[in-house]
Amino acid sequence: MTFPGSLDDTDAARAARYAGAEPVPLWHADRDLRGVDAVILPGGFSYGDYLRCGAIARFSPVMAELVPAARSGLPVLGICNGFQILCEAHLLPGALTRNAGLRFITRDVRLTVANTDTAWTSGYAPGQQLLVPLKSGEGAYAAAQETLDELDGTGRVVVRYASDAPNGSARDIAGVCNEAGNVVGLMPHPEHAIDPLTGPSGDGLGFFTSVLRAFAGAGR
Amino acid sequence: MSDKDTVEVAVASPEQPQPFAELGLTAAEYAKIRDILGRRPTAAELALYSVMWSEHCSYKSSKVHLKRLAPNEEQARQLLAGIGANAGVVDIGQGYAVTFKIESHNHPSFVEPHQGAATGVGGIVRDILAMGARPVAVMDALRFGPADAHDTARVLPGVVSGISFYGNCLGLPNIGGELAFDPCYAGNPLVNALCVGVMRHEDLKAAVATGPGNKVVLFGSRTGPDGVGGASVLASATFVGDERGGRAGDDGDGKATASKRPSVQVGDPFMEKLLVECCLELYAAGLIEGIQDLGAAGIACATTELAAGGEGGMRVTLDDVPLRDPSLTPAEILMSESQERMMAVVTPANVAEFLRVCAKWDVEATVIGEVTGDGTLTMTWRGGTVVSIPPQTAADGPVYQRPMARPGDLDSLQAAAPDGLDRPKDGPALRATLLALLGSADEADKSWVTAQYDRYVRGNTVLAMPEDGGLLRVDEQTQLGIALATDGNGRYCRLDPYHGTQLALSEAYRNVAMTGATPVAVTNCLNFGSPEDPQVMWQLAEAVRGLADGCAALGIPVTGGNVSLYNQTGDSAIHPTPVIGVLGVHDDVSGRLAAGFTTDAAQVVLLGATREEFGGSAWAHVVHQHLGGRPPAPDLHAERTLATLITTAASEGLLASAHDLSTGGLAIALAESCLRGARGARVTLPGDPFKALFSESAARAVISVTPGREDDFAALCASHGVPAAPLGETGGDTLTVEATFEVPLDELREAWESTLPALFG
Amino acid sequence: MARVIVDVMLKPEIHDPQGEAVLGASRRLGFGGVTGVRQGKRFEVEIDGPADAAALAAIEELARELLANPVIEEFTVSSG
Repeated sequence: MTFPGSLDDTDAARAARYAGAEPVPLWHADRDLRGVDAVILPGGFSYGDYLRCGAIARFSPVMAELVPAARSGLPVLGICNGFQILCEAHLLPGALTRNAGLRFITRDVRLTVANTDTAWTSGYAPGQQLLVPLKSGEGAYAAAQETLDELDGTGRVVVRYASDAPNGSARDIAGVCNEAGNVVGLMPHPEHAIDPLTGPSGDGLGFFTSVLRAFAGAGR
Repeated sequence: MSDKDTVEVAVASPEQPQPFAELGLTAAEYAKIRDILGRRPTAAELALYSVMWSEHCSYKSSKVHLKRLAPNEEQARQLLAGIGANAGVVDIGQGYAVTFKIESHNHPSFVEPHQGAATGVGGIVRDILAMGARPVAVMDALRFGPADAHDTARVLPGVVSGISFYGNCLGLPNIGGELAFDPCYAGNPLVNALCVGVMRHEDLKAAVATGPGNKVVLFGSRTGPDGVGGASVLASATFVGDERGGRAGDDGDGKATASKRPSVQVGDPFMEKLLVECCLELYAAGLIEGIQDLGAAGIACATTELAAGGEGGMRVTLDDVPLRDPSLTPAEILMSESQERMMAVVTPANVAEFLRVCAKWDVEATVIGEVTGDGTLTMTWRGGTVVSIPPQTAADGPVYQRPMARPGDLDSLQAAAPDGLDRPKDGPALRATLLALLGSADEADKSWVTAQYDRYVRGNTVLAMPEDGGLLRVDEQTQLGIALATDGNGRYCRLDPYHGTQLALSEAYRNVAMTGATPVAVTNCLNFGSPEDPQVMWQLAEAVRGLADGCAALGIPVTGGNVSLYNQTGDSAIHPTPVIGVLGVHDDVSGRLAAGFTTDAAQVVLLGATREEFGGSAWAHVVHQHLGGRPPAPDLHAERTLATLITTAASEGLLASAHDLSTGGLAIALAESCLRGARGARVTLPGDPFKALFSESAARAVISVTPGREDDFAALCASHGVPAAPLGETGGDTLTVEATFEVPLDELREAWESTLPALFG
Repeated sequence: MARVIVDVMLKPEIHDPQGEAVLGASRRLGFGGVTGVRQGKRFEVEIDGPADAAALAAIEELARELLANPVIEEFTVSSG
């Protein structure tokens, strides 16, 4: 999905291609999901991060198609700005706030996969460690205590920072999912960890290969 | 008066006094304008000439010297567009062309660090875009006053956040740069931004307005009062504090004048991102005949350069310029430096489609004029003609032969060699010197800065800081790539601008070679003091001469660059600081080399010859605050053979790592290779350990050999004529210099990593 | 034509590192009496017609939908 200001859309497309899927470009202004089997909301600075990250993008025409599709089970992955958009659109709980250190951070972070039942993480082993780039200024996950308790209690934290979250995310949460497990959002960038030539590892490819199993299996 | 000052009125009122001095023009320049036009200029024309003839836009003090940089035949072979076009374009093979350039935004970054640096990035990116290329990466070369100075704590974090804010939001990976500190930059920080773009040969765009009847379209942000007077006032004058607390302009005769206070340019990287995507779509659809980006001197510059580049003239209706501030006068509209604007020449048949593409990207676009055949740049406002000039006269500008004089203190400075300074004589003292240099602000870990930059976006970054050079993949199928490095050394150049510049060139060239790439082209940002100071002019002339001779010896062309003058506060000029950028081509990025030791039990070898050379060295500066003597001798032939050796060895898989030696000598290079590779090394040094560790002789590198290939590598060194001294091998968790000292990696890391966070939080 | 002011603040329980940074800087400047700072946003919204009850209600709706993120922010609306 490309919004005005999306940046890692070509990288998400490349990751999908490496995984063996056919990347299909979607445009924010078109009320059309073009019959795809899964959607990735990529990283970037949609609308320049103006107002709040993702706050304007969530009202794009295409979101009117995406929200009901997601609620009906379409696999959706929100990466970084994409995660922010999913939270603003209330497809995921919580919100992303300014990094505790106030500065933009680019850092390769160790993540632990906490939930391997989602459409996007089924290919990982429980507790598997991944080395994936984090690059954001507003990546601190925040939510009410009750929400955090519910996420913890129902296993809806999908990935955690393996040591202290560099951005101050509550409970070291790096990514969460919805109740059905088809919508996942995370701040770090798996699409930048698909090839050790251009990233810290190839650990991120699993997100994109996992979802292919979801197509092969269930109908929609 | 200003918006009613038409050509008619000007003809009728020849004696009308005009504020040419406030606009930065000398009396002689003003007289020349009157001479060219055969009358007094209108207010709008005066504004236009004042910005076009400012030092920043016209290069009037440096042009005669820059002529030396024109390429010879060998150098020109790979060029598609040379100096004079927005940015030099180089053929890199497989039908790809690369355009790159480095530019300064020094003065605005002192005034408003965040926006000054941000808009510096924006400007250089648009330059690359205007060549028809997709911008693919940026680099930043930064120089500040002493690291622990109060004002550095104001300027540095702001500059870094500005570059981060703009570059990250634009989606360009930052793949390298420099960070240096010296008291001479205290009131004059240097912020030099480099951008590189990639395109196919057939995409190359020209900045010419051809074809009478073609339309002139202004698109991007609206025009406001941003930076009005910036080019003519700010970058063409030294900073002189005044009681009113503002920045005054010096009009050249020593009097500080109260110039119009320029409003700070504010960058909008989101708009620039839309502009990039919009332009690329316009290019792909063949909708543009000519294009120019708007930078310093905004519309004044874009119109005169497009018109001058073509065969005819141009007619512009200034009323049609979309304004953010409806009170702007024609002069202000012309001088405005509002960001994120481009100007295109479009055939009448393509205008509708052009506007449709812009609308798709939410980019405002307006036809403001058309190309004519009459050789004149004509602009109207509310029905009256406010500009009617031969565009070439504004675009070309005056050419000055400024007086030059070798600095009076240079003889004594060069005589004050560091030979007599106290040297560390035993193991513990050498060990302490290593740690002191490693922890010094110039050599310390720069992550505090570089972690604020996105290096990953676009997914093609193979190497980025702190590696010797940035390396980008260009073609996913063939693994063709490009490498870039920027280097400068103000202290070397203060001691000897000719050789110091060659050393900067050598270092950037060497850095590119360390990645396994072959250097092919050069860009340069010449940061100097006031051209009205003959000693500064001498330094500039010597630096350019050094660069020209150096590039000829290396066989690579200078494709373009930037000159930033007036970097001084009162009488204190900065050290002459040419920053040299080198571009290289890598035919297989999967075979790239990096600086860190990658494997244990690998032979560590020092390549190149070491002499006693400490003039301007990091040791002299950090330990003794001493600047004197001569810098190390450049050896361009040795740089060439070293580079060829490295690329050959890399392609044959002989090397496990490669890291060049520069400031701090072998000591710093070894420490960095250990830290980057997270493994130690045990070495024995030949001869005097102080000289071996801290001398800064040029044309050297420290490499580790792929285990088992030691003989092959030694033979290769011999056949290339490169001195090779095996020092020891990698492994363990200490850096050990036999019979001298041993430093655990943890202690090295602590010294190296803690400096900048302690200073800047 | 009237103007409506919407002030948006982070909810009290949400960590505000920007406010903390400003607090630190204030105290370093010698304003020892400053004991806390929270940073928010102020929107000046221009509307057709008067800022009557109906208009303010509409702007409250706008604030809920767009200007504030109810998960982490709260707001007040007043006529300016």
